[in-house]
Amino acid sequence: MKIRLENVVKTFETFRAVKDVSLDIESGELVALLGPSGSGKTTILRMVAGLEYSDGGTIHFGDQDATDIPVRDRGVGFVFQHYALFPHMTVADNIAFGMKVSKVKRDKAAIDARVADLLRLVRLEGLGDRFPAQISGGQRQRVALARALAVDPKVLLLDEPFGALDANVRRDLRRWLREIHSELGITTLFVTHDQEEALDLADRVVILKDGQIVQQGTPEKVCRDPQSAFVMRFLGDANVIAADVRDGRAYAGDVSVEASGVADGRAELYARPADLDWAQAGPGIAAKITRVLDRPDGRRVLAETQAGEALEFDVEPERILNAGETGFVTLRRAKVFAI
Amino acid sequence: MSASVSTRRKPPRVGDTPVFRRTLIGIVLFLVAFVIVAPLIIIGVEAFAKGWAVYRDTIIHPDTQHAIMLTVLAALIAVPVNTVFGISAAWAITKFDFWGKRFLLVVIEIPFSVSPIVAGVAYLFVYGLQGLFGPLLDAWDIKILFAIPGIIIASMFVTAPFVARELIPLMQAQGRDLEEAATSLGASGWRTFFAVTLPNVKWALLYGVILCNARVMGEFGAVSVVSGNIRGQTNTLPLHIELLYHDYQAAGAFASASILALIAVFTIIAKVALERQGAGRVRKQANPAEKTS
Amino acid sequence: MRRRNVLPGLPLSLGVTLFYVGLIVVLPLAALVIKAASLGPEDYWRIISSSRALASYRVTVLSALGATIFNLFFGLALAWVITRYRFPGRRIVDAMVDLPFALPTAVAGIALTALFANNGWFGSVLEGFGIKVAYTPLGIMIAMCFTSLPFIVRTVQPVLEDLDPALEEAAQSLGGSDWSIFRKVILPLLAPALLAGVSLSFARCLGEFGAIIFIAGNQPMSTEITALLIFIRLEEYDYQAAAAIASVLLLTAFFMLAVTNWLQARALRYTVKG
Repeated sequence: MKIRLENVVKTFETFRAVKDVSLDIESGELVALLGPSGSGKTTILRMVAGLEYSDGGTIHFGDQDATDIPVRDRGVGFVFQHYALFPHMTVADNIAFGMKVSKVKRDKAAIDARVADLLRLVRLEGLGDRFPAQISGGQRQRVALARALAVDPKVLLLDEPFGALDANVRRDLRRWLREIHSELGITTLFVTHDQEEALDLADRVVILKDGQIVQQGTPEKVCRDPQSAFVMRFLGDANVIAADVRDGRAYAGDVSVEASGVADGRAELYARPADLDWAQAGPGIAAKITRVLDRPDGRRVLAETQAGEALEFDVEPERILNAGETGFVTLRRAKVFAI
Repeated sequence: MSASVSTRRKPPRVGDTPVFRRTLIGIVLFLVAFVIVAPLIIIGVEAFAKGWAVYRDTIIHPDTQHAIMLTVLAALIAVPVNTVFGISAAWAITKFDFWGKRFLLVVIEIPFSVSPIVAGVAYLFVYGLQGLFGPLLDAWDIKILFAIPGIIIASMFVTAPFVARELIPLMQAQGRDLEEAATSLGASGWRTFFAVTLPNVKWALLYGVILCNARVMGEFGAVSVVSGNIRGQTNTLPLHIELLYHDYQAAGAFASASILALIAVFTIIAKVALERQGAGRVRKQANPAEKTS
Repeated sequence: MRRRNVLPGLPLSLGVTLFYVGLIVVLPLAALVIKAASLGPEDYWRIISSSRALASYRVTVLSALGATIFNLFFGLALAWVITRYRFPGRRIVDAMVDLPFALPTAVAGIALTALFANNGWFGSVLEGFGIKVAYTPLGIMIAMCFTSLPFIVRTVQPVLEDLDPALEEAAQSLGGSDWSIFRKVILPLLAPALLAGVSLSFARCLGEFGAIIFIAGNQPMSTEITALLIFIRLEEYDYQAAAAIASVLLLTAFFMLAVTNWLQARALRYTVKG
């Protein structure tokens, strides 16, 4: 099911949570809404679900205008941030709930069979008789997903699906959700504030700030070609170096990088730690090493430029560097944004 | 072994010195016996002061029987009505945002702060001959005051907040997620309420109902203003007690009082039992790590 | 702007609530206020400031004050003992605290009178010391103590239960004595709840009727509480006077409700999570 949001607006009291958002989600696509807290991502998700009504704009499911369809008739599967499992029902009863209340009457055997299928799908066979309080967080998350899938939703919506879980459980579930998605092919939209989660899981990442979309695209596109300093910073560690732009090139120290489209004058150069390197001799940005940090996957160097900018970059663990050494930071690649 | 040593060596908390502790427990237990337990005991003692026969005669006396019937009738009407009101108020207040909500919360609590006598007087000025609707009701020959409807309405005023104020904090704490989840799965409003909301608040609801019932059955001030104290017609049990007491039939008064005291004791037992249910559940949810292995 | 609700049932539930609150709570109180207002300001003032009314305010407020102060100490000690100490019968004592709420006031009234009458269990002993309780202001105070005791215990108890032991440990590590820790750390944390309980308890004492009239003696000018004076005016068919004096109690109740709400909001300050 294709979803189309056009000029959607939502205001709470006096606070504009969502400002004029338009977004197309293709049938079968897995899309992440990524942004810091207060960026309006959960509000957008809840409007798609029908758990909030927009103050302006339209939401289409396929050719149907879903803007005014109430949540119970909208046919979405919603996985709540804290799962919202019914605490007084067993796992099986939780999963069966949507089928039991459905206008389409099913006999008990059909419901039981479907519950068994879903328990198998989410790999919780044998836990159907437990209560939500008796299973782990990761298991609860999967029950919540099974419950949402039980009603054959046109669209699957997940609010911070892994937010409440440990790091390693998170990673497993992420991979597993991706598998389920490719198995079922259901249009899926999820909200997260964790850029790694969005990039690992989604076909397309929609980055939000202050209720507006600032950039969207495949993980490759947003990582390799961030359109703003905000996206650059939000997606990962970034070094910031003051630079001057002249005739389409940005100069810092005695190095320069391509900066087409940036107006002449003061600007900032953004580079990932992996985009910098260290050299004994120039050309480069003169700096002094302040600390060397050893990590399992490499060696991180902290340095300070003569202008007092703190830089971080990674070198191979074999490189011997010591605090106090002076030399030059070199640039493999960088992005330039006007201030 | 080492564990027991370490607990014994745990430094005392504030106020844990044995002398202080024993003195304070002693004083408190003495006062509890003096202030709370003694009144309960004297009711039993006085009720049987003239022997079992007098006790029995009081209880089976038609006036007492009628007072019991009227008290039960008031409870049978006021408690369900207040329960429906409490549920409605809790649903509206906790599941929605609307203008004036905080004010509504305060208004619902008013009956707790107002003296029952003031409540009774206030009803006089609505349904009494001096009141707003008095002449109208008189013309239609409808009797509310100094009759059973008045007693029931006055009881409803005094106990109006009981169910609502048990449900509102709990439903506020539970949030709207469960209801939203049920609705997103296609459940209707009634279905959501009966299948999802109600099972999660049932103990709090019962708790409110029991406290409401105890208060309806025991209400004295408001009812004494609006009842007219007609023996064998508009006397509830508490009013009957007063009547007997002022008739110098102390044993009879205490015999009737013993029924209400018994209800009070049962109310407390039920309350403790329900608190265990409620407390256990909340703790289990608050700490999911504490799961059965 | 479209404003709709996701969950169903607002019109029905709010409709029922407003209808019921309007009919059962607001309408009668409004009727009372209208009745009291129908007196001219002079008549109104004359009635509410008559010497008998003033005497009733005096005995009501002073007894309520005395009862509340007693309950402040007793309630705090009771809450402390049942939350901090383990001893046989603790749960029973905890449950018994609710008895004054559960026991009908008329029943409490005749029970206390029987205990404190000259020939009662306590009355006869106190008589030996020359103390008379029944039919004196002291009796009023005792009845008020009984009916309002649970308020302070039940507002302080949850705060005391949730008190982080680390706070006391921190204070102990800084060298505080038990008394100074209680005074400077524990008491300030309990104070908002304690004050909220005090205002609830005081408000209840001001309005109490059933438990008091049996033990009070009900002599005009000395042991006649305001609630009883209203009742007497009604029996004299002096409805205007009853309305006027009842409006004084009503306004006091509203004032106490406002104070309590303010204190409870303050009491929550520490528990609100950031």
